[in-house]
This record gives sequence, C-alpha cells and structure tokens, in this order.
Amino acid sequence: MARAVTPRRKALNTAISWAVGLLIFFPILWTILTSFKTEAEAIADPPLFLNFSWTLENYAVVQERSDYMRFLWNSVIIAGGSTVLGVMIAVPAAWSMAFVPSRRTKDILLWMLSTKMLPAVGVLYPIYLICIEFGLLDSRAALVVILMLINLPIIVWMLYTYFREIPGEILEASRMDGAGLKEEILYVLTPMAIPGIASTLLLNFILAWNEAFWTLNLTAANAAPLTAFIASYSSPEGLFYAKLSAASTMAIAPILILGWFSQKQLVRGLTFGAVK
Amino acid sequence: MATQHSRSAARFMMAPAVILLLGWMLVPLTMTLWFSFRNYFPLRPDRVPGWAGFSNFERFISSSAFWPSVQTTLVIVGGVLVITIVLGVALALLLDQPMWGQGIVRILVIAPFFVMPTVSALVWKNMFMDPTNGLLAHLWRFFGAEPLAWLSEAPTVSIVMIVSWQWLPFATLILLTAVQSLDGEQLEASEMDGASPLSRFYHIILPHLSRAITIVVLIQTIFLLSIFAEIYVTTGGAFGTRTLTYLIFQRVLESQNVGLGSAGGVYAIILANIVAIFLMRIVGKNLDR
Amino acid sequence: MSLKRVLGATTALTLCTAAAVAQDTTITIATVNNGDMIRMQGYTDTFTSQTGIGVEWVTLEENVLRQRVTTDITTRGGQFDIMTIGMYETPIWGANGWLVPLDDLSAEYDVQDILPAMRDGLSHDGTLYAAPFYGESSMVMYRTDLMEKAGLEMPDAPTWQFIREAAAAMDNDAEDINGICLRGKAGWGEGGAFITVTANSFGARWFDEDWTPQFDQPEWNEALSFFVNLMNDYGPAGYATNGFNENLSLFQQGKCGMWIDATVAASFVTNPADSTVADHVGFALAPNAEGVDKRANWLWAWALAIPAGTQKADAAKQFIEWATSKDYIELVAENEGWANVPPGARTSLYETPEYQEVPFAEKTLQSINAADPTNPTVDPVPYVGIQFVAIPEFAGLATQVSQEFSAVYAGQQTVEQALEKAQAIATEEMEAAGY
Repeated sequence: MARAVTPRRKALNTAISWAVGLLIFFPILWTILTSFKTEAEAIADPPLFLNFSWTLENYAVVQERSDYMRFLWNSVIIAGGSTVLGVMIAVPAAWSMAFVPSRRTKDILLWMLSTKMLPAVGVLYPIYLICIEFGLLDSRAALVVILMLINLPIIVWMLYTYFREIPGEILEASRMDGAGLKEEILYVLTPMAIPGIASTLLLNFILAWNEAFWTLNLTAANAAPLTAFIASYSSPEGLFYAKLSAASTMAIAPILILGWFSQKQLVRGLTFGAVK
Repeated sequence: MATQHSRSAARFMMAPAVILLLGWMLVPLTMTLWFSFRNYFPLRPDRVPGWAGFSNFERFISSSAFWPSVQTTLVIVGGVLVITIVLGVALALLLDQPMWGQGIVRILVIAPFFVMPTVSALVWKNMFMDPTNGLLAHLWRFFGAEPLAWLSEAPTVSIVMIVSWQWLPFATLILLTAVQSLDGEQLEASEMDGASPLSRFYHIILPHLSRAITIVVLIQTIFLLSIFAEIYVTTGGAFGTRTLTYLIFQRVLESQNVGLGSAGGVYAIILANIVAIFLMRIVGKNLDR
Repeated sequence: MSLKRVLGATTALTLCTAAAVAQDTTITIATVNNGDMIRMQGYTDTFTSQTGIGVEWVTLEENVLRQRVTTDITTRGGQFDIMTIGMYETPIWGANGWLVPLDDLSAEYDVQDILPAMRDGLSHDGTLYAAPFYGESSMVMYRTDLMEKAGLEMPDAPTWQFIREAAAAMDNDAEDINGICLRGKAGWGEGGAFITVTANSFGARWFDEDWTPQFDQPEWNEALSFFVNLMNDYGPAGYATNGFNENLSLFQQGKCGMWIDATVAASFVTNPADSTVADHVGFALAPNAEGVDKRANWLWAWALAIPAGTQKADAAKQFIEWATSKDYIELVAENEGWANVPPGARTSLYETPEYQEVPFAEKTLQSINAADPTNPTVDPVPYVGIQFVAIPEFAGLATQVSQEFSAVYAGQQTVEQALEKAQAIATEEMEAAGY
C-alpha cells in the first residue's frame, strides 16, 4: 500500500522508524559493544558507550577455552540437516493436503501442530533411554532427527499455505500435457513455490539453531552445538559480562548474518497463509 | 480434480510425515502416560518402581503450586500476545511507510528473533535488569529514581518483556506481509470520502489484518506455552513466575520424581489442547476464508 | 651405524608407538565453569604429554551440569568418564553403587593427606568415591578500611549481633556502600545453602529424628526474621536475586562492607586484577547467634568421580590422581602463584610455608575444620550435611523452600507465611518420597 508522500512526511517516517529500530536492536548492539570491553569497563559507572579502549581479548580468551569452530560446525550440521530433512518429508505431505484435500485435512494439520505442545522435559527420561538403547547419545544424527520432528508441523503448515496459493488450473494444464506426479511436483510446483520453500528453510533453520533443550541434554563432547557453548559461559565466578558478551556474539553472529542477507526472502515468504 | 488415483497418491505422499509425527507423538506420549501411573524415582534405586494408580495425578493437582502455575502460564502467554500484537500492528504500519533505509530498519527490527532464548535471557538479566550494574538501573539513577530490582520486584513483567522482545519481530514480519497486501485504492477511496485515520484503521486495516493476527496468535501460543529458558535463566521459577512447564521441570529434574512430573505432563497436554480448541473456536474461522 | 643411533631410533620408535596407542584413549570430563576448573583445563596438555591420554572437556554452568550428569548417571548413559560433582551427590550416588570406589589410589597420591572433613564428606561407609579438587567452607570477609573508619574491630569469631552492629556502622548510602551482602537467590545451592547455615547457627534444623519438617519451630522464625531484618536494613537493593556471583562482583566493586560466603572467594577479592578493594580485606569465622554453639559455616567440595560402567576407568583414575595431587598444586603455584592454587583439599597445602603467607589460608583451614557434617546444628538430626540434607529429595525440596524465602526477601510475603508454606511443601514432598 506504499504511496507517494511528501519529503517531509518521508523524513518524519524515517526518523521515527530508525529510532524504533535502534531501540529494538539496542540490546544486541550493547552486547556486541560490551564484547570489546575489558571486564572492568563492562560494568563502569556511568556506562561507556563508545569511549572505551577496544580490545579483542575476550574473543581470544573464549577461543582459547573452547574450540568455537567445532561448536559452530555442529550447529550448522544439526540445524541444516534437520531443516533439509524436514522439508524433504514435508513437501509431499503439504502437496497432497493442498491439492487433494479431504474432510480430514484440517484436522490432521491441527493435530500435527498440537504435537508441538508436549512439554519436552516430561519426556526427557524416555527419550534419553531410547537414545542409550540405540547408541545415539552425543550424536548429531539423533539431534537432526529430533529437531526435524519438533519442527515438522511448522514446516508442513508453512508449505501447505504456500501450495494453496498456487492456482489449481496450472497443475491441471500440466497434467493435460501429460506430466506425471513427479514431473508436476518437480517442474511445475517447486519453481512456483521457491520463495515459500526458501523462507520455510530459513525459519526452521533459525528455530533449530536456537533450540536449547534437546541440544543441551543429549550432547556431551562430540555433538555439542553453540547452545552448549553458551552454557559454559553463562554464570561463572567473577566478572563475566564482557566474556559472556563475546561468547554470545559468537553464538548469534552466524545466524544474524544469514538473516541479514536473506531478510528480503524472509519478509516476502513468511506469511503462513496470512495473505490471501 | 481429485481422482481416485491422485487420492491414493496423496495418501501415499502424506504417509511419511504423518507416520513420523504419529510416532513422535505416540511414543513419548505413551511413555509419559505409562510413567504417570508409576512410581519412578531415578535417584532411588532402592525403591522398586511400581504401579501408582492415580496418586501422581492427585498429588500433582492438589499441590499448592499447581493452580498458581496455570495462572502464571496464562498471564505470561496472554501478556506476550497482547504486547506483540499491539506493537506488531503499529510497527508493521510504520515500516510500510515510505522511508530511507527501509531494508536496514527492517533488519534492526527483526534481529531479536535470531537470538537464542538463553542468550537473550542472560543479556537482559545481567546487562539490563541487574539492579546495580544493569543499564536500566543506570537510566533510573540518571533520572534520580531508585533503581528497580526488576527480577524480584516485577518478575512476571520482566519475563513478559524479555519474551515479547524476542517474539515481536515474528509478529511484525507476518503482519507486515499482510499490510503490504492492503488494497491501496480502497484506502485512498475512503480517504477521499473523508474517513478519519482512526476509522480507516478500524474499518479497513484491522479487518484485513484479522487473518494474520489469528496466525500470529496461533503460532506464538504454541511456542509460548512451552517457554522455559527465559524463566530458568532469570528467576528460576521464584517470585511466582513458575509456569506449568517449569513446574514439570522441577518435578522431573529437581525432585527427580518422574512419575509425578509425567502426570504434570499429561495435564499440560490437556491444558494445551483446551487452549488450542478455544483458539480454534474463537479465531479458527478466520483460517477458512 | 653406531649403537647409540640405533638405540636412539628404537627408543624414539617405541615412544611413538606408545604415544600412538595411548592417544587412542580419550576421556570425557564433565565439569563446572568455575575459575579453578578452567585453570585446570589450561594444563590439560601437561597431563596428555605425561600419560598420552587425551581429554575432552564438557564445561557447563553449575545448574546445567547438575541436571546433565544426574540424567546420565541415573540412566547409565555412559557419556562421561569423569564427572565433577559435589559433597551432596557423592554419598548418595556412592551408596547406590553408581560410582567407582577410589580405594586403590597409589601410595604417592597419599590419600591420608586429604583433609579429614573432605574425605568424610566424599565417602560412603568409609569408602572414598570422589577426590576433592578443591574444598571450601564459608567465612566473613570484611573491609578493614571501613571497619577502621567505623571505629570497630572484627573479632576472630564474631556473633550475629556484632555483625549487625558492624553492618549498621559501615552502611553508607551516600557512598553507595551496603553494610552487608548475603545470598538471597532462590535455589538450594544458592540462598538455600546460606539460610540453612544461618538457621543452624540459631539452633534450627530441617528435620527432627523422625524426618518431621521443623519450619514451624521458633528457631526458624528467629533465624529467618534476623536475616530479613539485617538485609532489609543494610543489604543491597534487590538482594533477593543475588547469589555468589552477584555478591562477588558487588564486593569487588567496593559496594559491600561485609560478605559472608565461600572461602574460595577470598582469592578473588584479594586479587588486585579483579578487585578494587584487594588490599583492604580481612577475614573472620562465620558468626553464630549468642548462646548457640554452632557457627554458620558450611562444608563443600567440588570433586572428581568416575561413574561405574565406564570402559576407561583406569585412564580416568590416572587423571583424577593427577588433577588432585600435590604435584598439580605445585604446578599451579609455580605458574600462577600460591594464592591461586585450588584450596581446601589437602593438609600438606596448609603446612607449606609459602601458602601460610597467604592472608586467607589460616581462616579457611579453621573454617573447614570447624564444620561437622554429622552434627550440623544443636539438636540431633537424622541426616548428614550442613547446608544440605544428603537425601535424593533434598535438591527439589530445598529449591522450592528457598523460593518461598526469596519471596520474603523481595517483600512479597511475610516470614510467617513463608515458613508455613515451607512446612507444607516439606511435608508434602517427604510424604511423596515415602519417609
């Protein structure tokens, strides 16, 4: 609904929006700034905004203590693996719900969402025991599967709403041309749904990246992702704001950068069918 | 268009997702149900696990902590929903206006969504809400006020604030997409007719957004019912911030009473489904349009 | 080819093979993110080069660690070869047969050198199940400069009444100095531990000999009321959420006249790199109420234990012997100074002349020796433990109780209301547990 407005109005909009945007972003900005301070500067009174002696010491300390790349790599594999696997399983399901709906489609969809409401901690012991049984403790595979299952309802739902926006006539036309089910999905549907699939991938990558219960409780040394990395800095003895900030910045930076580059995609695609 | 052939193909394609989710739901659910009828104390191997009947259910619901925890859960979920939707609509309308640097402002606004809950709770707790070294304390002192000990004096408010900060971007994003699809001509026409901005908002914008709001409510409720890290890090469930999820955590992991915790898990599922049905009845019609 | 060269080559080859074989063994250690443990991680390479055993660290914040290792040990998950646990867990887990007994440690390790209080606390039925990496009691740390200014002198063994008097004298709102800083944070290991030792020093106890909760007794009311009044009058704002770390940071910034807490904190507050008041800290024994023959000092150790069932028990034992040895203490002393060695574990440390120079050494030892886990309070109790009760149900119970107390500190309820609820919670939990 963007319309032409006077430059004065635009300037006002800009000022207000920037102020609000910076206010919302401020906690993150403050964390990043603090990560470059010494511990004493981090708690200085009055607080130091930019006028401190910038140092990389905290990052050096954190890196020396824990191998950041290993945690990062685990996060990437677990979040990426679960997302891709989830989308692979969800595309056919969402397709059939969108184009061959039955009376039960909506019920199934809601039921899928309701599986997300089971409190995780209630099943910690059962799941832990199952993982022991199959030798899956501290393995990335187990987390890929579990996080995939946790996010699957959301993935199915998002894809379903995108697919529903694709007009059925196009599919019928392609069927007339003799396209089989496989071709229909691969060559007709998928290209049209790419923005939707992309934002589904993105959103679920973020959700899986930030998941902190299973990733913490089912890992030890080998498969521990960045959530476990944070747990070793959260409340140690002594002053820790600067080191915590450095560790936090390291944990959120990759996803923040990813978000930065893909924000257009996210803004365009994240509709959940909100737009008809 | 649904032929017999495509119908069976559809079933076939839906099968993996349905079977997996069924498994994911049934296996833990069955186990939760099973454990909820058992005496199971992991730290007490001397006590042979045995059949408990309904005693876990009775004990969980008659505990003095139960109803307050349900209330806290609803207050936190409700509070966050109201804040994120009101501010989300305002932000969406604002961000839709023409301005310089729209892309950058947008990334600033959605950034909190990328932050891990544990990290955001830690940052808010230590660097903002700490009554001595927190930035808010400095701000309060700057204006000559006595710093507020956020997490003990206004614990629920603090948690609602933190969680709202995390979820505001999500609401804004979805509402923004909806705002962008508003029919500009319709708005302009009503403007010509002399409708005030307020009446335009109530009669054109809000109805148009109702579907998006429904979706925000639905999705956020699902996530908010199970928030945990924000409470664990900030108050540890003290000062009346113990939600149902947190109470179950205390029973299972702190008291090491898996049977009792599992009974709580069953109650939580029931509560979640009540909320879900309620949501569906009240707002779910919007989804069918 | 000369004989020497052949010999040299063979030796090198043997060494290589030995190293390669040994390197196959890598042990996984779960530990807490406290300063002394992080320092230990820094010396991992020394251990690996001596023994050829690799080490993987899983370092977690205390609460997460506890949750993680408890889940693993109760389910026999086998994720860790060594777990860092405390004096609360060790006797319970040892009794359940979940830990490898440490009864065959080498002669040069000198197990008799471990402080008796620590050895007893980490044993079950006379068998040691975990080796203390460091141990602590609690004591009063105070600002000598502020005491002098107030014209008071801290006795070696103050009473609570004197502590209150001193807090009143040092409290200075204009300069942002709180008379006293104490733990109020909910959680059995945080504020729960502190209020329990305070209660001990007023003659209160958690349970009587029949496991009946005692919160309805006047001693508890007296102890809790005293604590609340003291902190409301002279404590920092928002003390209901202050734990060890928050108070440490306040004290280091010069915002507390006194702080009663873990003896290990002494090395942090006297370290000029972190503390602005490093030169003005004095130490005294934890206080008691007048006429009560028990002081408010606890006993705790962070110790290394081997879960039963690990395939690498031998390598794990080697690590434990290394990390809790006299040699390790000397290694740290050499590189970082005597004030930074892990304290409170070995008698020989306190006999080392260099360590006796350290200002807090004597009071630390006295505090540890004054703690008696089997007789924590005046009246007899059915449990072992000073700031905790060594039964599996305690952690959950005490966390809930301390949450009620923290609500008092935050001004949300009265002392009487909290004690009433505490009594109800304790009764409920003990019934559920079948006592």
